[in-house]
Amino acid sequence: MPNRTAPILSVSRLCKQYGAVHAVDDLSFGVCPGEILGLLGPNGAGKTTTINMVLGVLEPTSGSIAIDGCDLARRRRQALGRTNFAAVYAPLPGNLTVAQNLRVFGMLYAVPHLNERIEAVLQEFDLLRFRNMKCGVLSSGEQTRVALAKAMLNQPRLLLLDEPTASLDPSIARDIRATIRDLAQRTGVGVLWTSHNMIEVAEVCHRVLFLSKGKILLEGDPRTLPQEHNHPTLEDLFVAVAREPLTIRAAEEEN
Amino acid sequence: MPPSLRRTAGLLLRQFYLLRGSPARFVPLFAWVAIDVVLWGFITRYLNSVSGARFNFVPTMLGAVLLWDFMARVMQGITTAFLEDVWSRNFLNLFASPLSVSEYLGGLVLSSIATSSVGLVVMVALATLVFGLSFFVYGAMLAAFLLVLFLFGISLGIFGSALVLRFGPAAEWFIWPIPAFISPLACVFYPLSVLPHWMQWIARIIPPSYVFEGMRQTLARQTGAPASGHALATHLIAGSVLALVYLLVMARAFTAVYRHAVRTGLIARYSAETVS
Repeated sequence: MPNRTAPILSVSRLCKQYGAVHAVDDLSFGVCPGEILGLLGPNGAGKTTTINMVLGVLEPTSGSIAIDGCDLARRRRQALGRTNFAAVYAPLPGNLTVAQNLRVFGMLYAVPHLNERIEAVLQEFDLLRFRNMKCGVLSSGEQTRVALAKAMLNQPRLLLLDEPTASLDPSIARDIRATIRDLAQRTGVGVLWTSHNMIEVAEVCHRVLFLSKGKILLEGDPRTLPQEHNHPTLEDLFVAVAREPLTIRAAEEEN
Repeated sequence: MPPSLRRTAGLLLRQFYLLRGSPARFVPLFAWVAIDVVLWGFITRYLNSVSGARFNFVPTMLGAVLLWDFMARVMQGITTAFLEDVWSRNFLNLFASPLSVSEYLGGLVLSSIATSSVGLVVMVALATLVFGLSFFVYGAMLAAFLLVLFLFGISLGIFGSALVLRFGPAAEWFIWPIPAFISPLACVFYPLSVLPHWMQWIARIIPPSYVFEGMRQTLARQTGAPASGHALATHLIAGSVLALVYLLVMARAFTAVYRHAVRTGLIARYSAETVS
């Protein structure tokens, strides 16, 4: 079970505005050590915007982000040194081999004992036989494993996974989910996970946040949340959030 | 090794891996400059033969080509390393790491030093062995010439990279003609005095014009023509100071463009835009 005492990620009153559009609107949440927090919502809800702000590649309009106690705006280097990510839209350079990519990114993250770490993640993600293959020729599943290996290279305190199992077949997706759950339990890494696969979310996440138009609409345990809102499954709840966010917001406010 | 140096070295290592594994990347480092030296080598031979013994075109023209190509290679060393990240949609991976903008630029500069050195060695070897260009004629000034051109080449490379970062991958086509656009004002093959008065003013704010003026003065002194050592020193100091100013301005411009990209989300969106 996640340790709820000291959050690894603290997001406080985060806002991102593009002109009149509020992509993220007054968002506050935390991720505890060993916790896998699902960030859910329809397209345009603000999930990827939030992840980009936590990764330091998008400047918030206001609000603050602290990673393992380091304020991202003031101590960017220290904060990002304790973070890593994998996203389906950010593959590692396909013109380098798996081992070359891991070495280059290991140096960017200033990973100590890099040779040993590379061997460890290659083994952990079953990539030893691909080490000298260019990433561009690997299958989607293999590339996802390489991205996850890179994401675990610096033994991060916070791991951001933006649709990590998109485009994977169910068997590989299941393996990836098992690996992440095991990592969270074993190493205490806090995980922020986005996905559109609600079965996966219910299986992996300890807690979920439903976003709608940049705001948190619902929060809770993915296994009990649907029943609490009179929906048979998490997917039905997701559809309701996407189609009738105002109804759900009104019901929440009434409660 | 300090973490900051490791990050910069990581970018250099990435460039080394790319070059090692790809003849399409490695061969152009020296092929185009070799063709330039051969072409201009024969042109200078021909000019020497028709002008008799009155003027030696080899150090003036072939030397100028070599120095100009060196500067263009330095610039391309920066932009090519930068474009590798554009082509491989790597910005998100890079800038979500602890890498800072100055470390990133440092990595591009190191990559450029490595790649332009290969071109320089090939050019010098060809010009010396095939066309009898002796670099002793430039004396110690050669190091100063190369330094000014190196600094300006770095500035142009950073400027080109900032253009692409600001306006998107399609702006790549603005980068390649930059040296050709500057060359008439850099007075590579002719003295500054042949330019119209208004163009001379523009040429005076371009550091290479001081290098090529200085080069011609150095060669004039070798042949016993009247040339002031003081004027030569002034040229080099002016060229060096200007090149340093350009470097600082361009580095700041790149940082400003990067900050704009982080503010607007361009860095995060760059991958998708590159694909389209």
